[in-house]
Amino acid sequence: MKDTVNVTLVGVGGQGILLTSEILGRAAALAGFDVKKSEVHGMSQRGGSVTSQVRFGRHVYSPVIPFGETDVLVAFEKLEAVRCFALLSPGGKALVDVREIVPVTVSSGQQVPVADQDGVLARLYEGRAVYTDSCAVARKLGNMRTSNMVIAGALSMMLDIPGECWVDAIKARLPEKIRDINIRAFEEGSAGLSETSV
Amino acid sequence: MGNVKLLSGNEAIAAGAYRAGCAVAAAYPGTPSTEILENIAKFGGRIDCEWSVNEKVAMEVAVGASIAGVRSLAAMKHVGLNVAMDPLMTYTYIGTNGGLVVVSADDPGMHSSQNEQDNRVLVKFARAVQLEPSDSQEAYDMTRAAFDISERTGAIVFLRMTTRTSHSSSLVDLGEDYEYGDAGSRGYVKDITRYVSVPANARAMRFRAEERSKALLAESEASEFNREFIAEGSEIGIVTSAVAYEYAAEVFPDCSILKLGFTNPLPEKRVRKFASRVKRLYVVEELDHVLRDAIECAGVKTDRFKTELSMMELNPDRLRELRREIMGDGSAAPAPKRSLPDFVPQLPTRPPVLCAGCSHRGVFYILSKLGATVSGDIGCYTLGCVPPLSAMDTTICMGASIGAAFGMAKAGFRGRLAAVIGDSTFFHSGMTGLLDVVYNKGGITVVVLDNRITGMTGHQDNPGSGRTLLGEPTVKTSIAEVARALGVRRVREVSAYDIPALETALKEELDVTDEPSVVVVFGSCVLASKRNVGAIPDSVDSAACKACGACFKLGCPAIVRGEKVGERFKASIDPAACIGCGVCSQVCRFGAIRSGKTAGNLA
Repeated sequence: MKDTVNVTLVGVGGQGILLTSEILGRAAALAGFDVKKSEVHGMSQRGGSVTSQVRFGRHVYSPVIPFGETDVLVAFEKLEAVRCFALLSPGGKALVDVREIVPVTVSSGQQVPVADQDGVLARLYEGRAVYTDSCAVARKLGNMRTSNMVIAGALSMMLDIPGECWVDAIKARLPEKIRDINIRAFEEGSAGLSETSV
Repeated sequence: MGNVKLLSGNEAIAAGAYRAGCAVAAAYPGTPSTEILENIAKFGGRIDCEWSVNEKVAMEVAVGASIAGVRSLAAMKHVGLNVAMDPLMTYTYIGTNGGLVVVSADDPGMHSSQNEQDNRVLVKFARAVQLEPSDSQEAYDMTRAAFDISERTGAIVFLRMTTRTSHSSSLVDLGEDYEYGDAGSRGYVKDITRYVSVPANARAMRFRAEERSKALLAESEASEFNREFIAEGSEIGIVTSAVAYEYAAEVFPDCSILKLGFTNPLPEKRVRKFASRVKRLYVVEELDHVLRDAIECAGVKTDRFKTELSMMELNPDRLRELRREIMGDGSAAPAPKRSLPDFVPQLPTRPPVLCAGCSHRGVFYILSKLGATVSGDIGCYTLGCVPPLSAMDTTICMGASIGAAFGMAKAGFRGRLAAVIGDSTFFHSGMTGLLDVVYNKGGITVVVLDNRITGMTGHQDNPGSGRTLLGEPTVKTSIAEVARALGVRRVREVSAYDIPALETALKEELDVTDEPSVVVVFGSCVLASKRNVGAIPDSVDSAACKACGACFKLGCPAIVRGEKVGERFKASIDPAACIGCGVCSQVCRFGAIRSGKTAGNLA
């Protein structure tokens, strides 16, 4: 394994990205790694793009991942997956959720949408991405707010962090009321990876 | 492995204050500092904590607690310190009794701020101690040490954070003995010569402050927070601090590094000793050349470089660029391409916008329609400047909208002129501006967007919300009553969601220019009041929609393009985003939008 593993999570405010990165950070710590996690709050809460970075390894210095050195890029939304492609390292892999959130600049007609977004996405990530449909799984579980844990479950299959560390991290972080359903979402996510395509 | 937790820098400061036995903490919310007090509040009142109405008051509360003998903390974002400078500059003469720690959180790169001033300059100006954590463990350790240093020396101790150190998380060993470190009180003894800063006393204080500076130098030289990492055989030495150290350690593992944690006053002997061990000495710091200038003032020559590091946030990539310049080696590969392949078209942006159903939207829609010139202020509502509303002309700093609008009026500005300010900002520093307008016979209109919460920083309570930081019920200050008490006769309160009434009120008041007026627009924050949960959305009757585009001018993220009619589009409403506020149905002249219903009361 590399000295430091770099994971970047991208998406849109309100998708549970910050919670997912916190669970990842805690899971990595429970697995015995040094961890740093970095994000910027503030204006991003108002529907803007959100980015969170998690680095783990023997010893992590910078909380910021150097540009183009992301080993695993987790995109919670397709347009953000396209936008953030350049963050990925040459050998990096991506986990892309097939959710689509139209930016207000497009829905209001000020800017044009990406023509054939799926085609662009597939071509960009050819052979380097796996896809999830977290909303479909969450809907099946009856709680849309667990979609981020579905993504976390899929992500757990791509990193060298034992599954029980993830589950322990979820248990420690979430209140009892929503703990079991989120663990189920996590398990569904890790079992269901690679069944979806863009 | 001990009591190790993954904590943000802000959480670590709260934990450090708790462990150190801080008794009183005060702050005004401001990104990236807000979570410090939110986490202190989680200690269930063990630390007396408050949202102050502004940073000056927060500083004064902390100063008072220090005078009374207990450990106290004030936290603020970088521009907040501008507001708090006055008490700071004199208490630094008086000197602390109980330890006083001030957290100043800078925002290099302006993620959520109007400027990126480097507050290290102000800390030096205030002759205070400055500790600069590079990660959360240091934030915890330095917070604990800061109280000790303050009590040992009488100096105010700053923890200088940045967005990156405040909002990054890393592992913190809290120690097996983690509990509230009740430091008790040093007691207050009346001493007029010590605490009353009349000129005769202040002159003596001035000399004592200089004496203290010498003691601080000794503290700095001996501080365990200043550390050398010597790379044997390296000719290059790097002096650095704060998060820049982490970047330097990653990018220059083969160079010697002097990591300064105690940066004001500068440990001159340590720097000189380090400089003597290397042939070339570089200073790597974020923002201004504060450290470099201090080192050169101490008579140590540093090597300059061309790579521009003095603006915006640093990161490993920028330090690699520096490495390429000063080491000229190939070990740092050229920067990767930032552009996407040619087959990817121009991507639409995703800027922050006012939420669907936000109570600020209608006001800006009408101000835009009335062609008003808007002197704006700091808060979520600054997003009123974003197209298609584009309804803001100026934004300067907290509270500036009123004074600046008054100044424009004095300059002979003709046309409809409004100052627009939020509730929390009005309490922060808008009230004084309004009093100035009344006193000096101004005639401007002040629109207060009263959503009963401090929104942008993540929903903190304020004097209008009726709750304290600990969630206890308290007095709910009425903005209309404050305005009347200040002498404003034309005061109106209008619902943010009654568009015709709002338009009438704004038009009438904007057209009165011989006396000041205040329009309080009330409507609770959609996110804070959770009115988005379980709402019945508004909906468009497509047959009735004439594709006139009026509702698109609201810039609501829930109103999207529907069927194309010629060159225009009919409106459609995204039921997942809409909260049923009904503003668009009032804007539609064809009755094509059926109003839904929000969950809970709109006001």
